[in-house]
Amino acid sequence: MGPSDPRDAVWARVLQARNLRRPRILELVAEMADDFVEIHGDRLSGDDAAIVTGFARIDGRRVVVIGQQKGADTEENIRRNFGMPHPEGYRKAMRAMELGERFGMPIVTFVDVPGAHPGAESEERGIAEAIARSIGMMSRLRTPIVTAITGEGGSGGALAVAVADVVIALENAVYSVISPEGCAAILWRSADEAASAAAAMRMTAAEQQALGVVDVVVSEPGEGAHGDHAETARRLKAVIVEQLDVLVRMPIDDLVEARYARFRALGPHTEVATVPPTAPERPGIADRLRNLFDPSRWPAATGRDEPPARDEV
Amino acid sequence: MPIKLPSFRPRRDAYPPDLWTKCPSCEEMLFNKQLDKVQRVCPSCGHHFRLSAAARLALLLDHGTFVERDAGLQSVDPLGFVDQKSYPDRLAAAQLATGMRDAAVWGTGTLDGRPVAICVMDFGFMGGSMGAVVGEKVTRAAEYALAQRLPLVVVSASGGARMQEGTLALMQLAKTIGALERLRAGGVPYLSVLSDPTTGGVFASFAVLGDINVAEPNALIGFAGARVSAGTIAQELPAGFQRSEFLFQHGFLDRVVHRSELRGEIARFLGYLVPASRRNGTFADEPEPLGLPSFRPLSFLSNLAERVMPSEADAPTNGSGSHDSAHEPSAASQVPPESGAARRAAVAASLPAVPAHDTVEAAVPDPVKQEPERASEGTVDADAHDAATPERPQDAERG
Repeated sequence: MGPSDPRDAVWARVLQARNLRRPRILELVAEMADDFVEIHGDRLSGDDAAIVTGFARIDGRRVVVIGQQKGADTEENIRRNFGMPHPEGYRKAMRAMELGERFGMPIVTFVDVPGAHPGAESEERGIAEAIARSIGMMSRLRTPIVTAITGEGGSGGALAVAVADVVIALENAVYSVISPEGCAAILWRSADEAASAAAAMRMTAAEQQALGVVDVVVSEPGEGAHGDHAETARRLKAVIVEQLDVLVRMPIDDLVEARYARFRALGPHTEVATVPPTAPERPGIADRLRNLFDPSRWPAATGRDEPPARDEV
Repeated sequence: MPIKLPSFRPRRDAYPPDLWTKCPSCEEMLFNKQLDKVQRVCPSCGHHFRLSAAARLALLLDHGTFVERDAGLQSVDPLGFVDQKSYPDRLAAAQLATGMRDAAVWGTGTLDGRPVAICVMDFGFMGGSMGAVVGEKVTRAAEYALAQRLPLVVVSASGGARMQEGTLALMQLAKTIGALERLRAGGVPYLSVLSDPTTGGVFASFAVLGDINVAEPNALIGFAGARVSAGTIAQELPAGFQRSEFLFQHGFLDRVVHRSELRGEIARFLGYLVPASRRNGTFADEPEPLGLPSFRPLSFLSNLAERVMPSEADAPTNGSGSHDSAHEPSAASQVPPESGAARRAAVAASLPAVPAHDTVEAAVPDPVKQEPERASEGTVDADAHDAATPERPQDAERG
C-alpha cells in the first residue's frame, strides 16, 4: 500500500469515466423512457450534434432531457465532435429548457463532456457567453431540474447544463474545473503528472459528494456502467424519479430560492477580523499655512520623478 | 576626460528593473514613476499595462470615496491541495507579494459623483484566479447593489478559475451568475469592464454578462487558451484572436475604450442606465444627481400643447387613478380634473408629499434615503419647474 495507490485508484476511475462504451443520454433515455422525441436547432444558426435535447416520458412523467453525446465509434465521434459542444449546442439546450419551463416539464440533464469545444469558431460565436447565459437561465428557471453526471463533468462545458436542484453522479463519474492533463501541465509543468492532478483535485464522485457539489452517488453494476447499460439506467432512473417526485411538489418560488441558496453556499471561506483603514487626519488650517510658508517643514524630495539624465559627454 | 560615446546596447545596470519597465509592444524602456502618472499606458505605443486593484480603483472612483467591504474574507484549503507547493503556502506568498488578502476587492464609492458598488480583480494575485473568496465578493457586491439599488461595476482581470479549489471554484460561476440574474430582474444596471487578461471561468460568467461590456484595447479576452484552441484542431488562428477588437467585431463588447477615457465612458453609461425606480405609470426622468433643476429648453412647448390641445377628458378615471395608490391626496386635489396638466396634478397629489427640493444637504447623496423622494419628484417635476401657476402649494413656496 504505497503512496501511489490512491493516485492509481483515482486515475482508474477517471479512465472509467472516459470509457467510450459508457452509456450516455441516448442510451440511458432509451432504457429509462417509454417514449423519446428529439428536438433540434438553436433557431439562430445551427444544430450541434454534441448536445442532444428532447422530450421523454419517464414512468408517465413528461420531462425535457438534455445531455452531451459522445460517439460510439470514430465516425460518430467526429460527427458529434467527441461530445464537445459549440455555442449552438448550449443555445439549443437553453431553448429546450425554456420549453420545459413554459409547458410545465421538469428538466433532466445527463452530463458527459470533456469540455466545451475550444476552437476559434467557438470564440467567434461566443462560447463563453453561451455558457454564461445557460447557467443564468438555469439559475432562475421555474421548473425542477435534476442533473446526472454519467461520465466526465468537464468544467464550464458541464456546468452550463448542470445548475440543478439535485446533482446525481454515477459512482465512476468525475467532475473537475479543468482536465487533469491541463492542471498537470500548468501546476506540475508536465502533462505526465495527470494522475497526481486528478488525485489532488478530488474529482471522483464520492469526493465531490463530500465537498457538497454532488448530492447523490449512484453505484454502478459489476465492473462499471459500460458493462450493463440496462441495470445502470434502472438504478439511475430510480433516483431521478425519486428526486423529481419531491421537487415537483415544492412551490415554485421555494424551489428557485432553494436552488439559489444551494449554489450560494458553495465555496468555503473564513472571515478575518480587520480594522478598517482610517483616513489620515488632515491638519488644521493653521498647521497647513505653517507647513506652506516654512521651508523647514517642506517634505523631503521623495525620490526622483524624472529619470536620471544620461551621462553627458 | 575620456569621451564617452553613446553605446548601441544599453548597459545592464543602466535600467534597474524596479525603476524601469520594458514595454512588450514597442520594446521601449519606460520609467516607472512616469508610467504610473499616465495610468500605466505606454506613451509611445499605447500598450495598456495591467493595473493593480488599488490603481484601478484610484483610476475609476472619485478620490477618497471608496469604502472597502468584507476585506477580511480569507481563502481556505478545502481540497488540501498540494502540487509543487501547498495551496496555503501559495496563498501566503501571494498575500506577501501583493499586500492583498485575495484576488478581488469590493466596496462602494462614487464614480463622477454617482454612487456605485464596485468590485475589482487583480491579476497580480495568483493570476487573478477565481476561488471561493473572489466569487463571494462578486456575489456580495451584486446582492448589495440590488438591496441598495446602486449600479454595479465589476472590473475583471483573471486567468480563470482557481484550480487549487477544484469544482468549488467552478461553482463560483453559478453563484455569481445567480446573483447577477437577480440584479437584472431587479432593474439594477451592471457594467462589466474587461481588462487584460479576462479568460476562462471568469469570462464565461460575470465578465461577459454585463448589461454593457467595456474592454480596454488589445486585452486578451477568451475562453480557452489560445494554444489549446490551435492545438486541438491544429488550425491557424485569425489575426488578433481573442483580443478586444476581435470580440468587438463578433458582437460581444459594447465599447473598446482607452484607459484615459474609461472613467468618462462608464459615467456616461451610468447616466443612461439608471436603476429602475418605482414608477407610477410615468416615464419622466429623475432629476440630475447634482440636484440642480434640469435645464429643459423649449419645455414651455409641452405646457403650451397641453393648454391648446383638448385632452381626452375622462374625468371619472382621473379620480380613480389617483386613488389606486394608498397615499392620501394632498391639498392640491382642489384642482379641477379636466386638463392633462390637472391629470398630472392628480397623480402628483396621490404621491406622498415631499419636502422642498433642497439638495445642499448631502455631499454624497444617500441612495437609500433619496430613492423614494426622487421617484416621486421625477413625476412632479414634469410641470413643477415651468408652470406659470404652481399646481401644488409646495411649489408656490419654492417660487
